[in-house]
Formats: sequence, structure tokens, C-alpha cells
Amino acid sequence: MTQRVAIVDFVQTKHGEALEENVRELTFGVVRKLLDRVDMDRSEIGTMISSSADYWQGTSCSNSYYYDAAGGNLKSGSKVTEDSVFALIYGMMRILSGHHRTALVVGVTKCSECPSENTLTNLAADPFFHRPVGLNTVVAEALQARMYLDQYGPSEEQIARVVVKNMSNAERNPYSHRGGKFSIGEILSSSMMAAPLRCMDVPSTSDGACALLLADEHTARQLTDKPVFIHGIGWSVDHTYIGDRDLLNGALPKAAEMAYSRAGVKNPSKEIDVVELSDVTSFHEIMWMEQLGLCDAGNGFRLVEQGVTALDGRLPVNPSGGLFGANPFVARGLIRVGEACLQLRGEAGDHQVPRVNKALAHSVHGLGGQSHSVVILGN
Amino acid sequence: MAVKSRIVKGFISLPYNWSMGPTTTRFYEEFKNKRIMGTRCEKCNRVLIPARSFCSGCFVETTNWVQVSDEGTIRTWVLINFSYEGQPMAPPYITGIIDLDGADVGLPHFVGGVELDDLETVAKKVRIGGRVKAVWKENREGHILDIDYFKPIN
Ligand SMILES: [Zn+2]
Repeated sequence: MTQRVAIVDFVQTKHGEALEENVRELTFGVVRKLLDRVDMDRSEIGTMISSSADYWQGTSCSNSYYYDAAGGNLKSGSKVTEDSVFALIYGMMRILSGHHRTALVVGVTKCSECPSENTLTNLAADPFFHRPVGLNTVVAEALQARMYLDQYGPSEEQIARVVVKNMSNAERNPYSHRGGKFSIGEILSSSMMAAPLRCMDVPSTSDGACALLLADEHTARQLTDKPVFIHGIGWSVDHTYIGDRDLLNGALPKAAEMAYSRAGVKNPSKEIDVVELSDVTSFHEIMWMEQLGLCDAGNGFRLVEQGVTALDGRLPVNPSGGLFGANPFVARGLIRVGEACLQLRGEAGDHQVPRVNKALAHSVHGLGGQSHSVVILGN
Repeated sequence: MAVKSRIVKGFISLPYNWSMGPTTTRFYEEFKNKRIMGTRCEKCNRVLIPARSFCSGCFVETTNWVQVSDEGTIRTWVLINFSYEGQPMAPPYITGIIDLDGADVGLPHFVGGVELDDLETVAKKVRIGGRVKAVWKENREGHILDIDYFKPIN
């Protein structure tokens, strides 16, 4: 990479169960605050990329509704649906093209307004084979969790520790939708939803939005004294048919390998200081850790048990609380990147991790992790 | 004046006409005769179900039809105990991925014919590596649900 792209600043809503503002107002709110923070006029924004999903908004062209509210009025904007980290990658490419010095990246979803994740992700399945048998994200995730359980044999308590950790971290995060102190017993007494997954193993959805400003290195240094640089990105997409995939070793190792190689990361478990990943279930935080190469396969739940991934551990995972803290479906990936930035800038407040030089953010989309993206960030 | 945001109810129901394509159509026509057909990839030699017109790994067309068994092994399973709009049936029920004998990829479908009252009893009958056989519907219309479910056998 000849040119380096930096994140200038990041803003998110106080996420919630059902926010009162409409999608336009939420979007305007985060973008306005971002521009105020970097002391920039809307006219100075190079380009705008947003991320939202039509089915999740009930508008067949979701961005047409908020395009101007996201700062894109009469600009060269575009939208990436589903995984908001793809919007970040798109924005980064626009800067690398040399045509723009800055790119605004915006993500928004109000899950309180749409049918449930279960219903909408069943509609993400193909209509001839997968949809009639009811496949959706939670079913696919439970199928993976069962395989993991069978292969590596973690105890229920070991898995529940992920929820205890993330909910406790989320309580320290002023932007999270929920959080609190839970005992392992409380997690294990929640009802079996999709055995082996209990209700509390699966973070429910939220309302929320976020905005992030990208810039080339020169511009970034003019706009902030704490630029966070994108050292590497990687992404990969697995087979459409779930029966064709290796459900315990799919697209994520490929995405990670690509990001590590761009970022020059040779030993991720030693070089990465903090991880913000998309913990779609408690099991999946562990599986994604392993597939990111942060520990050996079948060893992730032991690290959780030993406190390695805790806020004060050697490799903190989801100090923000992850999706257990807030899960605005499409925006959640970009929030992982934003939270990783806060950690690198030392601005994470009560959930700040000490000594962060390199951070990893991860996003996932599709049934059972059909697509993954990985971003390596540094100062 | 401080007001609470008003919630406007909406409902969208829209018709679509999805073409299955000739290969999927034939795959389901064979279901009427209780036959599960795959296509073999000449390059990687795998038998792919549902039958499809190309192998996306090797990126070549697959035109060689082969029948696979309606018996197989449970790769993984889940006991569904939650509800959502558009669900195929009222819970509880079991969804699994079945590796059919003679096929190299799995088929997601239901596992049934077992009492579902209690997870422990279910787990005695339904397990990874357990053998299952398709239970076909009496009236078959050429649809994935012509198979009612896969029943554990020993
Ligand atoms: Zn092939």
C-alpha cells in the first residue's frame, strides 16, 4: 500500500431497545456530532458510504430515505448492505483511488421497527432448499454450536462465562443498550432456545447508528492528533449451501490470513492487544477467536475461563461488551471498528484496556458466518 | 411541546415468481419417486446435493446425475424451542444437517419421529454420527418438504 488510510474519529448513538428518533434523525445525529468533533463543514466531506439493509428498514431502497441525513446531499455517495465493515472497506478504496481525501462511513439499523432477526434471516436463505426448512442465523449458529460442543466438549459453565464477561463489560460502556452483573447460574437458568443455545447465549437486537470519518494520512494528521491507521483488511465469503461448508472452519481463517498478511502480523495472539469481534452467540465468540488464530482450536473456552479475554486479561475480547452490549444488526460491525479505535486512542473510558498498540475488529454476516471481514488497526 | 414518537404500523406482502431452473426442477421431480439425486463433478469427483448445474469450487458444469441414498448420518442438529413469523412448523422440532450415503455434501432438513418433551431423552435418540432415514410424505408434489423428516434408525 503506497497510501495509508486513517480513521479520524468515530461517533455512535446510545444504543437501545427502541429509540424514539427515526432513522433519518439517528443518522443526522451521529454525522452532525462527528463533524462538530473534527471541526469540519459538510461541504468538505469527499464522499459518503452508508450501510443499512432494506428488509430491516421496510424501505426497498433503505439509503434513499436517509441519504441527505447522512451528509450525502448532492455528493458521490453509495451504500453497502448487510455488513457495515464492507462500507468501511469501500470508503477506504475510494480514498486509495486518489479521488477523495475523506470518506464518511455511516451505519444504521432500528431493529425495533422490523420483523425479528429470525424472520428476516430466514428470508436470507435460498427459497428452494434452505428457506422451507426454516434455516436462519440462530438455527445455523446452533448447528455450529452443537458441532463445537461435540468436538471439543466445553462445559456449559465455560461457555456461559462469555456472557458474564461481555454483559459486565457492557455495563461500563456508556453507549451500550444493556449490561450488568450476571452469575453463571443466571445464564444457565435461562431457557433452552435452540439447544445447545439458551436464550442468554444469543444477544437480542438493538436500535443504533454510528459514523466514522476516514482520511488519507496527510489529511488525517491535519484533522486529528490521534489518527488510527488501517494496517490491513481481509474478507472472505463461504458457500451458499450450508451443507457444502466446513461449519467449524469456513471463511474466517481466510479473511484473517488476508488481513494479517496486509498488516504484517505474524503472530496474532502475541501482536494483537485488543479484539472487538461479532459475538453472535457465546459459543461464537470462542469459535471466532480460534478461527482468527488467536488461540488453538478447542482452546478458546479455556482462555475465557482463565480470564485471558477479560478486561484486565492478556488479550481482552470485546471490552465494549460486544453484541451482548448492543446489537443494531447492520451497524454492529462498524461499531466494532469504532470501539477498537477508542481503545487505540485511549478514549474508551471505563472499558479502556491498558497498552493498546494494535487492535483487531471483526464483522460477520450471513447464516452461520457465511461472510467475515477482519480489520487490523494501529496508531 | 414534548411528545412521544408515534408508531405507524405497516405490513408488506409481495408476490415473486422464482424460477427454479431445470436442474432443481428435475431434482424435485425425482422426489415424487422417492429418489434423491445429485450431480457429480468431473473435476473433484464429489457428488453434490441438491443436484446442481455447476460445482462452484471447481467452477465447471456438472451434468452427470447420480442417485444417493435416503439414509445417512447426522452431522449436527438443533432442538428448536423458539417461535418466529414464517417458521415452518410450531416448535418444538429438530433441524439437522444430514450427510446422505453417496453424497459428499450435507442436506439441511428436519429430524423427527422422536418424543420431544425433554432434551435428555432427545439426545439419547438424536446424536452426531447417528443414522437416519427419510420419511416420505404420502402425497409428494416435488418439494423439499416431500420428505417429512429424517427418522433415527439403528
Ligand atoms: Zn468440483
